[in-house]
Amino acid sequence: MTDVLTPVLTDNWDADRSWTLASYESRGGYGALKTALGKTPDDIITAVKDSGLRGRGGAGFPTGMKWSFIPQDNPNPKYLVVNADESEPGTCKDIPLMMASPHTLVEGVIISSYAIRANKAFIYVRGEVLHVIRRLQRAVQEAYLAGHLGQNIHGSGYDLDLVVHAGAGAYICGEETALLDSLEGRRGQPRLRPPFPAVAGLYASPTVINNVESIASVPSIIGNGAQWFSSMGTEKSKGFGIFSLSGHVAKPGQYEAPLGITLRKLIELAGGMRNGHQLKFWTPGGSSTPLLTAEHLDVPLDFEGVGEAGSMLGTRALQLFDETTCVVRAVLRWTEFYKHESCGKCTPCREGTWWLTQTLARLEKGQGSAEDLDLLLDQCDNILGRSFCALGDGATSPITSSIQYFREEYLAHLEQGGCPFDPAASAVFAREGANA
Amino acid sequence: MIDEKTRSELAEIAARYPHKRSGLLPMLHLVQSAEGRITADGIRVCAEILEISEAEVSGVATFYTMYKRRAVGDYHVGVCTNTLCAVMGGDLIFQRLKDHLDVGNDETTEDGKITLEHVECNAACDYAPVMMVNWEFMDNQTPESAVELVDDLRAGKERHSTRGPKLVTWREAERVLAGFPDDLADEGPSAGPASLVGLAIARENDWKAPEA
Repeated sequence: MTDVLTPVLTDNWDADRSWTLASYESRGGYGALKTALGKTPDDIITAVKDSGLRGRGGAGFPTGMKWSFIPQDNPNPKYLVVNADESEPGTCKDIPLMMASPHTLVEGVIISSYAIRANKAFIYVRGEVLHVIRRLQRAVQEAYLAGHLGQNIHGSGYDLDLVVHAGAGAYICGEETALLDSLEGRRGQPRLRPPFPAVAGLYASPTVINNVESIASVPSIIGNGAQWFSSMGTEKSKGFGIFSLSGHVAKPGQYEAPLGITLRKLIELAGGMRNGHQLKFWTPGGSSTPLLTAEHLDVPLDFEGVGEAGSMLGTRALQLFDETTCVVRAVLRWTEFYKHESCGKCTPCREGTWWLTQTLARLEKGQGSAEDLDLLLDQCDNILGRSFCALGDGATSPITSSIQYFREEYLAHLEQGGCPFDPAASAVFAREGANA
Repeated sequence: MIDEKTRSELAEIAARYPHKRSGLLPMLHLVQSAEGRITADGIRVCAEILEISEAEVSGVATFYTMYKRRAVGDYHVGVCTNTLCAVMGGDLIFQRLKDHLDVGNDETTEDGKITLEHVECNAACDYAPVMMVNWEFMDNQTPESAVELVDDLRAGKERHSTRGPKLVTWREAERVLAGFPDDLADEGPSAGPASLVGLAIARENDWKAPEA
């Protein structure tokens, strides 16, 4: 029986100066790199395939399979790009990982690049996290000096250069093809697929793009074996992941557990909801994953379980809201976010998110009519599946799911001619005993 | 005006990449560091180095929210007002700061010290409500702590990020984003308290991943 929490990626975060090479190596760091360089690249891909690791950036695509799509007979250089543009509202796992243990990521980059036979890799990190960028820059510098990066790494004949690249503030660049355009020095707008990045990615060359947590999991798989990894988790969702609890819970924070843990268990570990309050609604994996409610506390948090409950596991960004929170206010704010971040390339998303905001804002003020709910659903229907990328789809998730579970609350805004909630009561610094 | 040193550093950024245009985003960060904002001269020099048109550079500079066309104060103060932080108190903090500083969104105080802006989710939701100063984390804020922070910054008092070093100026921060480190990586803790709560519970219960 696996333990309730299984710190692997987070295990060294409480170590003294955990971000330094000395600290990382004192705990066996870069041992997996030595193991990997003694194997063939195909052995590494097979191990990652056998482990069952699925992408930790939200979509859950099998990582080893993604790597095996790289056409090795393509004469162009191969590239590895790490998506460190963590921006999905609620998602806050990659940033603390890179701050506390950047070498876990750097070691993962080297092993993964070796597997796909890339000699150049990039970490595309969002620009708005200065100290994380400092730690990454330092870790890369230390890795070069130690011979983990550069020419003929540890006498293997394998060369790798790694560049830390700071973005400049655009949620859309978390979409992998928009990230590639951005990394090519352009506006971050998604590309038509096919061709997929594995065939024509960065500079039209074969490219693997993986999330930080996916790549950071690779050293543990190579060091401990595929079977070790797949002994954790559930049948189709193997291994561990970082679950990020935020909002109205007593102890928000990062909890690393096997996939399949429930929110009920996580809230119990986190000391319950804040004093005297109850869970009202939550996101399982960021704002782009449909809202769930207290009736879903026992859903196994793995790709299949959350899917069956009508949402998505996403990035395990568990944002918890109690009964003091107005769901209409919450959804309007997310919708304003999608409108702001829409890249403007496709009409359904560019125009649709604007209209969604207009309609929702009217409802939130208690204006408009009950038919506006049908109008919203119709607008969502014209965006979902008709947008160029998943941003437009994601924009519809909070709206359709909140109308599904909280239609009455929308109508209450109309009946009362405004919001029935006191926003001060939902603040974390609200007076004890304050209520809606 | 972009001086010769900055011009050569811009060229140095472009040379890090297999295709030099990839350097444009960090180059624009360096322009902001040197000029205090994106200037016409900065755009022209980037275009010359990359051998693309000024319109192409402008198209990129106007797409990303971190690039500013108007002068930014010494301290860019961002208040997260995405849903979770807003609900947890970010809206109240932002309103208080607007009143206290007498500026609107994306405006700078008359003394040129503070530019106030509401920002989107900055990946620190377990520390809500969150503020950013020059893109350093200021975790678990209240309206009172936010007012004290901006007052201290305007008075020239030294303040530290809750998870990092002494706050540097916006222009100094932009230089790091351009890929020129400032040697402050070793400042601050490994992680803030919220990042460690799950790990502490695992330690208390002796919960571990299985042996290999």
